[in-house]
Amino acid sequence: MSVTIAPQMDVSAPAVAAPLPDVIPPRKARGPVWRFVRRYPTVVVGGVILAVILLAALLAPWLGTVDPTALSPAKRTRFPSEQYWFGTDMLGRDIYSRVIYGARVSLLVGFTVAILASIGGLAIGLVSGMVRWLDGIVMRVVDGMMSIPPILLAIALMALTRGSVQNVIIAITIAEIPRVARLVRGVVLSLREQPYVEAAVTTGTRMPAIIWRHILPNTLAPMTVQATYICASAMITEAILSFIGAGVPPSVPTWGNIMAEGRALWQVKFYIILFPAIALSLTVLAVNLVGDGLRDALDPRMAKEV
Amino acid sequence: MSETLLEVNDLKKHFTLGGGLFGRSGKVLKAVDGLSFTVDRGETLSLVGESGCGKSTVAKALMRLYRPTAGQVVLGGTRIDEMSDGALRPLRRRIQMVFQDPFSSLNPRMRVRAILAEPIRNFGLARNRADLDTRLAALMERVGLPRDALGRYPHEFSGGQRQRIGIARALAAEPDLIICDEAVSALDVSVKAQIVNLLCDLQKDLNLALLFISHDLAIVEHMTHRVAVMYLGKIVEIGPRRDLFLAPKHPYTQALLSAVPVPEPGAARTRIVLKGDVPSPIAPPSGCRFHTRCPHAFDRCRTEIPALDPVGRGHFAACHLNDIPSENGRSHLSSMALMGVQ
Amino acid sequence: MTQAPLLSIENLQVHFRTPEGVNRAVDGVSFSIGAGETLAIVGESGCGKSVTSMSILRLLPEPPAAIAGAIRFQGTNLLDLSDKQMRKIRGNDISVIFQEPMTSLNPVLTVGRQIGETLRLHQGLSRSQAEERAVEMLTLVGIPEPRRRVREYPHQLSGGMRQRVMIAIALACSPNLLIADEPTTALDVTIQAQILDLMRDLKRRVGAAIMLITHDLGVVAEVADRVVVMYAGRKVEEAAVADLFRNPRHPYTKGLMGAVPRLGAAAHGEMTRLAEIPGMVPSLKTRIDGCVFAGRCPQVTELCRTQAPALERKGPAHLAACHYALKDALAA
Repeated sequence: MSVTIAPQMDVSAPAVAAPLPDVIPPRKARGPVWRFVRRYPTVVVGGVILAVILLAALLAPWLGTVDPTALSPAKRTRFPSEQYWFGTDMLGRDIYSRVIYGARVSLLVGFTVAILASIGGLAIGLVSGMVRWLDGIVMRVVDGMMSIPPILLAIALMALTRGSVQNVIIAITIAEIPRVARLVRGVVLSLREQPYVEAAVTTGTRMPAIIWRHILPNTLAPMTVQATYICASAMITEAILSFIGAGVPPSVPTWGNIMAEGRALWQVKFYIILFPAIALSLTVLAVNLVGDGLRDALDPRMAKEV
Repeated sequence: MSETLLEVNDLKKHFTLGGGLFGRSGKVLKAVDGLSFTVDRGETLSLVGESGCGKSTVAKALMRLYRPTAGQVVLGGTRIDEMSDGALRPLRRRIQMVFQDPFSSLNPRMRVRAILAEPIRNFGLARNRADLDTRLAALMERVGLPRDALGRYPHEFSGGQRQRIGIARALAAEPDLIICDEAVSALDVSVKAQIVNLLCDLQKDLNLALLFISHDLAIVEHMTHRVAVMYLGKIVEIGPRRDLFLAPKHPYTQALLSAVPVPEPGAARTRIVLKGDVPSPIAPPSGCRFHTRCPHAFDRCRTEIPALDPVGRGHFAACHLNDIPSENGRSHLSSMALMGVQ
Repeated sequence: MTQAPLLSIENLQVHFRTPEGVNRAVDGVSFSIGAGETLAIVGESGCGKSVTSMSILRLLPEPPAAIAGAIRFQGTNLLDLSDKQMRKIRGNDISVIFQEPMTSLNPVLTVGRQIGETLRLHQGLSRSQAEERAVEMLTLVGIPEPRRRVREYPHQLSGGMRQRVMIAIALACSPNLLIADEPTTALDVTIQAQILDLMRDLKRRVGAAIMLITHDLGVVAEVADRVVVMYAGRKVEEAAVADLFRNPRHPYTKGLMGAVPRLGAAAHGEMTRLAEIPGMVPSLKTRIDGCVFAGRCPQVTELCRTQAPALERKGPAHLAACHYALKDALAA
């Protein structure tokens, strides 16, 4: 055994350990905004892109657009130029204006479906997770719905009705609800086993209050994250529906419709499809970035030490 | 003698195991298999045993988080095991629980005020808002937390402080009995001592009964009046603290006591090291459940289940060895224990 | 005895960058372990004992961690080695046993494969040689029917068996240093007794130095030769095990000893209160200028709050960092 001990001077003054310098230089004090950017860069990047697209959709009439449905057969399939930034389609409509106005439909469908599917899925998931005897029945129905890809389900539902933005929203919502319901049910089942829920039972809390105070608030974080993914997926589904002509009527400019019209010409007039495709990809990317960031920010276990 | 507060008769909790293609495998896990004990008003009864012995299941069955499979639970003369959930709710006030994990036992999205106010409101204990505030302030003082902690969220506290909040929540209902399910196991040594002392003080000051469930024999010895030792869903020995710790009458209790590491280097002691592991409660051994690991097992142990027989005043043990008288009149096992554990 | 120690840690600092500030998890810790010696590092959660062991193995991601000081193992500073060189040392010269045997074993590989893996990797044994050695190792750690057990998967074993397998894996390459991080904390008392017996037995037979990290003073008393007590990222006391338990010098060590209940209280009749250390561990995210224990110490003075005490020799081979701890009359 070898113990190394420094020889100790016998002095009456107290032996004081010299303070050690920090290994990491202290970070410059910055404002709370900058700290948020450092911690959740994806939320910030996604959020900024999304905000720009949202503003563009809201302010469409003031962004140098013309009537997106105005035909001008003389100026068909023009290449992008100073006058027609994104070119014109085969009916001479300005693609730039159509893409900007199309954002309105995409965002409307995305956000509305996200909210409606969340509410519907939350209700089904809560009931299924809390009421044991209903769980078996509800979950078999949900399983059945989930065995069909959401896009096929949405197409089938659209086949039953006529094309309109409202019907598209309803169809996609129904197709997306099972995923939310499954998620919420899973979260509820694990929350039920949490000691704080057991504690609520033993302190005489009634079932509705347990759901309201102890279960529901703790499902919101995973729900919010899921809602962003649903939003992204709904926008893609809407574009697909429009693209194959099962969605919003062709008179309404949507990204799917613009691409559908450019489909026949895409080898020669690629820009007809290119710009709405970029807009769709960018929007979906932004929403997913926000979702990923939120997942990190809302999950305390994933709190990063930056 | 003080009155009996809680009486448990032949309590059983069996779980049917899932599995197989259509749900039921037909296997039954007998987590608690015929438990009987009483807790007096103002008394501490400790339930000790290793993981899987069913001690936490007892807590959940008494709290009616599980419905008991069989047996009776009598609280202050009223049978509560058969009651409907609605009828039981007002009675829940009398038994409260402190949980093991100080982190998951508090709702992360509720402030301390809301956590503590919940039982007070549920049981209608506060006359008005002012009364509620007085009660909350008194609770905080009682468990040694600053009053301004009421406005904070659980994650702002350390493990020990959270456990104080958990204790305050149990106290808020003004219970007669608090079940502490491994309530100090997750805490650090220095904090553990604080919480154990707090529980002892509360018991004395409020004449609380405690059912202290733990695997830590040294802590149990410090704070309990009586001890029940569980093995594979059954009580193998139950008795007053002094008798059980100084003269254990079941080989399992003796082994448990001898296995506790002593914070004293070079302490002279004979340790009884049990061979093997605890058998699965799905297929418990025949006869005495301990016979597979018992250093003294003989033929009778493999076939016949020993009854929980009196071996002293208020002291019972379930071991065949206690039936065999040895030459000096003591039972065979006691003399062996004296040789082994001193 | 003046031979160079097997492992010597000099002024180790491990700091983490967190959103709330720099967390000084380990701040200036030095100690050494001689060949074949068992050193226990004792402390409560957050004292830096596990971070110390992780930094010896270089298992901390940098950043967010930043390490300063030196970790000399058989003369080389581990902090200077590349990842590749470090991989050669890990599992071969230095191995670890973790607290949770279930999560540290790979559920889809047989026990034999997992023991053999390190052998084939580090010592280039063939598959059959490795399996033969795996059987030997299982026999060494006292697992009955080792020939059958090598072909089993972790889930088929009980908790105690799994911890034995972990020990077998750790010892397979005959390491010089074994780091045991809370090896018995997750186990039941009767199983803990078995594992402690095994560790004591292996200490004699294998001859590896053991760095035992634990919060349990009972375990320390049973296996350790020497003890380092850590508090809030610093070493507050170091002594031979018997000396430490007989003569704890630092108020924290004294408090810890008083707070641990001991069996045998029933013999003294009435129930007694446990000695408690008031308050709680300070946050490591704000700089502590004085003694780290000042906030909870019963003998605290103004000096303690402003000046950090240096580790001083308080007895033969006994160090403590306290301005007021008594010194033995050092005869020589």
